Amino acid sequence: MKNLTLDAAMARFLIVVLMGLTLLPFLSMFSAALAPSGTYPPGLAWPSDPQWGNFVRAFEVAKMDQLLWSSALIVLGTVPLSVLFATMAGYGLAKFDKGRGRWIYLVFVLGLTLPFEAVITPLYYEIRAMGLLNTRFAIILPLIGLYMPFGVYWMRTHFVNTPKELSEAAQIDGASEWKQFWLVQVPLARPAIMSLAILQFLWTWNQFLLPVVLVQDPLQRTMAGALGAFQGQWGTDIPLLCAGALLILAPTIAIFLIFQRQFVAALLQGAVKG
Amino acid sequence: MARRTAIAALLFAAPAFVMYATFVLVPLGMSVFYSLQRWDGIGKMRFVGLNNYLIVLTDADLLQVIGNAFLLVLWFTLIPVLMGLAVAAAIREHLGGPFGTATRTILFLPQVIPLVAAGIAWSWMFANSGVVNQALRGVGLESWARGWLGDFTFALPAVGIIGAWVLLGLCTMLLVTGITKIDPSLYEAARLDGAGPWDEFIYITLPGLRQELGVCVTVTVIAALASFDIVYIATGGGPGIQTTVPGLEIYRLAFAHRQVGLASALAIFLMVLVLVCVLPIQWLTRVRR
Repeated sequence: MKNLTLDAAMARFLIVVLMGLTLLPFLSMFSAALAPSGTYPPGLAWPSDPQWGNFVRAFEVAKMDQLLWSSALIVLGTVPLSVLFATMAGYGLAKFDKGRGRWIYLVFVLGLTLPFEAVITPLYYEIRAMGLLNTRFAIILPLIGLYMPFGVYWMRTHFVNTPKELSEAAQIDGASEWKQFWLVQVPLARPAIMSLAILQFLWTWNQFLLPVVLVQDPLQRTMAGALGAFQGQWGTDIPLLCAGALLILAPTIAIFLIFQRQFVAALLQGAVKG
Repeated sequence: MARRTAIAALLFAAPAFVMYATFVLVPLGMSVFYSLQRWDGIGKMRFVGLNNYLIVLTDADLLQVIGNAFLLVLWFTLIPVLMGLAVAAAIREHLGGPFGTATRTILFLPQVIPLVAAGIAWSWMFANSGVVNQALRGVGLESWARGWLGDFTFALPAVGIIGAWVLLGLCTMLLVTGITKIDPSLYEAARLDGAGPWDEFIYITLPGLRQELGVCVTVTVIAALASFDIVYIATGGGPGIQTTVPGLEIYRLAFAHRQVGLASALAIFLMVLVLVCVLPIQWLTRVRR
């Protein structure tokens, strides 16, 4: 290992400061969550009599078990289909590397920077006309559509970079396009598919605007949407609010810590390619 | 390309296109259509031409709301990019070992949690009895303590700090990763030519990080212009309209004030605004191959 130069020591110090700043809000919430319910605790201080029961009460009040179930259903309804459609389209559109077919891809790419707010009003009327308001489908179906620009872009980038000889060899063997896609292309695309699935899992779990507009009942929402409702209802009881917020965060953070390497890689790549 | 392959390719793209068309292209078309009408969401529509766009561009409140989004860009973009650059320029090596893993894990936490949670955590940080005021009182700046998010002057900067906190880790890690890809011999050559640290930074580090900087700026500018979650939770747009951003105003106009036409005009305006801001950044920072 190299000697730590002054610069490197400075950099490490800076990073430690950044880590401290990143963790501070979590620590502050944690200390508040242990104060007696209904009081105004100081910002950051270990309570003299930690009230671990706040977490139990927040679990019951927020109906955490049902929330987890609802979020899981929404993720399961959204991510597999969305990843499948994006992979298929990425594969199909990679064949049009030049020529007329390219405009379809360009139409997808145009949606890459679209803010969800730009379509939320008409989505409300569309979903209402479909009779899906206040159901989980009101979140699942639009999300699949809204994820397509990034998903198609991501998967097409992957397929454009896979050697053509592979599919040509498979074609000579007489495999149909469909069979070839499943037996040759999908297994090779596994890393790209996994990263896309991780990103879409996060985006779905944390989606806020759609549940707020399209679903009234917090128990039919995503975790983030439910957290918004929880704040609206318990915003004045700081200890209970902090306990509830931490509980709602816990599953995401647990999954993140387990798959830390994959998440970091996906987030970095996702940012670069997006 | 053979006709058969082309048809197969189109069939593969069909499900994605159907979903995209139904839930993005059609609503987008409806947004454009609504934006030309006066409509309360229930009664009859009345065609008013470009009148709603005229209101977006002249109404004092709406102009302030759009201005707020640009002020947020300063906070969301400048702080993470400058701090990230400082750390990257100082460290200039791959962060390995347990320290590297800890850094990546902790700095990415704000990217993983919902923005709503960041909003709740920071509402508490900025509250009267929160950490920020606690720290100020601790160093004898008692008179500075206040409810930051309810203060007419400081509410918007406070929201900006929340966004900066969320984006700081991502930008830092992108830039630290990017800087390890710069050829170290460039720095050695520069030193032989008698270049100081500042010259190295300007002539080697900045150009070398062009692509990563482009990514950071793009991501943070979009996050600021299209912000909704953080503002909705932390301030609800207040006090007054000091922290109201276009995303929140669209939601309010459409669902609280029942001005669907005006809301749609603002929505289309926001979409174009994001494109107009992001395309030049992409063009400037593209690495020419």
